[in-house]
Amino acid sequence: MSVTVRHLREQFDDAVQQREASTLGMWAFLTTEILFFGVLFAGYAFCRVMFPEAFAAASRHTDMLLGTLETAALLTSSCAAALAVREVQLGGRRAATWLLLATAALGSAFLVMHGFEYVAEYHEGLIPGLRYTQHGPHAASMQLFFCLYYFITGFHGLHVSIGVGLLLAMAWRTHRGAFDQDYHTPLELTALYWHLVDIVWIFVYPLIYLIGRAL
Amino acid sequence: MSTAERIAPSYLEEGFSLRSWLGTRDHKRIAILYALGITFFFFLGGLAAALIRLELVTPAGDVLSAETYNKVFTFHGVVMVWFFLIPSIPATLGNFLLPLMIGARDMAFPRLNLFSWYLYIVGGLFTIACLLLGGVDTGWTFYTPFSTMFSNSNVMLAVVGVFVVGFSSIFTGLNFIVTIHTMRAPGMTWFRLPLFVWSMYAVALVMMLATPVLAMTLALIALERLFGVGIFDPALGGDPLLFQHFFWFYSHPAVYIMVLPAMGVVSELITAGVRRRIFGYKFMVWAIVGIAVVGFLVWGHHMFVSGQSMYAGIIFSILSFIIAVPSAIKVFNWTATLYKGDISFTAPLLYALGFVGLFMLGGLTGLFLAATALDVSLTDTYFVVAHFHYIMVGGSVMAYLGGIHYWWPKITGRLYSEAWARFAAILMFFGFNLTFFPQYVLGWEGMPRRYHEYLPQYQVLNVLSSAGATILAVSYLLPLGYLLWSLRHGARAGANPWNAQGLEWTTPSPPTLHNFEETPQVTGGPYAYEQP
Ligand SMILES: [Cu+2]
Repeated sequence: MSVTVRHLREQFDDAVQQREASTLGMWAFLTTEILFFGVLFAGYAFCRVMFPEAFAAASRHTDMLLGTLETAALLTSSCAAALAVREVQLGGRRAATWLLLATAALGSAFLVMHGFEYVAEYHEGLIPGLRYTQHGPHAASMQLFFCLYYFITGFHGLHVSIGVGLLLAMAWRTHRGAFDQDYHTPLELTALYWHLVDIVWIFVYPLIYLIGRAL
Repeated sequence: MSTAERIAPSYLEEGFSLRSWLGTRDHKRIAILYALGITFFFFLGGLAAALIRLELVTPAGDVLSAETYNKVFTFHGVVMVWFFLIPSIPATLGNFLLPLMIGARDMAFPRLNLFSWYLYIVGGLFTIACLLLGGVDTGWTFYTPFSTMFSNSNVMLAVVGVFVVGFSSIFTGLNFIVTIHTMRAPGMTWFRLPLFVWSMYAVALVMMLATPVLAMTLALIALERLFGVGIFDPALGGDPLLFQHFFWFYSHPAVYIMVLPAMGVVSELITAGVRRRIFGYKFMVWAIVGIAVVGFLVWGHHMFVSGQSMYAGIIFSILSFIIAVPSAIKVFNWTATLYKGDISFTAPLLYALGFVGLFMLGGLTGLFLAATALDVSLTDTYFVVAHFHYIMVGGSVMAYLGGIHYWWPKITGRLYSEAWARFAAILMFFGFNLTFFPQYVLGWEGMPRRYHEYLPQYQVLNVLSSAGATILAVSYLLPLGYLLWSLRHGARAGANPWNAQGLEWTTPSPPTLHNFEETPQVTGGPYAYEQP
């Protein structure tokens, strides 16, 4: 109990109330995140219905191998994050620290792979506004796909970067013994955020890399 | 009075340095910080309005050039919508009262609360920078493709300003939601919450769910301006109409961000003014929730002439009529609360009555605009301008000022001059109607909005409107004068000068840092006035 009292902020009556407030706060924040991404997905859906051929042609320019590897990295990292929380709940500090570091490493790997994609796309001339060298019947409308692609993956990448930072901070705090069975809300909420980043990608991956190729 | 005897220093005496204010976590001090910012922007936006009315005194565009006029009304709109109306009641009265009304020591996230205020200020600085560097001429709606491809004014700065202040809104909403869910005192069940708290809950939901859409849409505009390509670009096959859908998906609910808090305030003012229980409490609650939910489904009524499909138009029209029902329920219940009540015409009640009257007129003319056939001829005329000013200025500003008066003794510990306050409230009502009623007629006769010149036949009504605006300006400056005067010279207020119900009145005026000596136990519903 003494551990929980140490972390209790003055506006709360007890640790339970504080935990409930923090958790609800994170869920509320994740709801707003869904709406942020929702605009982009709605824009994607609209443009795709308007220009199905251009979208199919454009998505064939994406790198499916790297995209799949990125998906694998993120999914695995989410699993590691969940295991880290469980370790802390069971009192295993060392394992939790390593699992958090692994999560952050996989997240970084995701970012690096995506960086390679961007570089390749730059050389191929696929970036509207910067270097766009496509010709052909759909070249103009294909830019809509690429605008959305860069905005969605860029915005998602921003989330991954913030997540990696948070995970490293949590790994450090876990290592220092800030969390135990009674108190680990920040860790839990970071994991929750990381799962959202993962879930968003689960929608991005098929939309960008897969469904265009079926046509 | 035993509950209200002063033991600890009031929140105003907790520290006097600038740092103790700019670093505060106290929801009451943050409310004051917001009030300062909001008042500043209100008069700044009002100055722009004064320029508009000055230009429109004569039919010729002689005071301002067309370009300057565009920038002036854009600045007026941007400042009044995002830097005054949207934060007005939630960020000041909401911040101050929410914890007090539910029996909590503070918001759930005090640091986030302060951070929201800083975001508000940073957004405001961007907007002022935009003004100083030459302004923006797109209208507050930032319609594409003008805003993305053609305007060579400072669109970027304005967009960034609104984007940043949007996050202030989102975090305030999030804080309110969590606070209401988790910080209520023992016994404070959902259906014992004062209607003001319910309105804050609804408005917080709308802020949280609508504002992200605006933020992303503005980001898309910014990128399109930056790189010259984007999904709203018609040259690539992108669709400017898509922008309008996104924009109004936020901006219609934003109307409810402005008016739901006003409804909450008015419910408090009326019950205290007639010393009665609210008529139909649960109906009022469901009406608030209903407005918040249906408010998300009517955005297309801004696009009847934009080229959306006929069927979309019909559906949005029907939904817009439906949303009038909960609003009408609220007006009915306020009236029923007043009926045969022991009405004392204090300044707050005068403001509340002003709200009900003006809101009703604004709402009823909204039905004209919700009818697709009528809207075709009324779109982009002064009829629309008059309609939304009746809701936002006649409604929300009246309620905001009424609330400021009603809770002034609680916030400052001082009593203001009732005589002056009543005079200002009545003057405001007449000034407002003189300003905006002629605009209904002008719009009906076909005068289009957003031009700096007009046909000579419209001059009489425009002069009347400008004269009304002068009166309105005086009535807004009056409270600034006598309220500030009361800070030093007003009589000291007791804990409960109105003899009103509500947990906030059980605390000393002004309250202490943590509001309550001990956590209150709630045993009954709100508005427990003795019924005659
Ligand atoms: Cu609307």
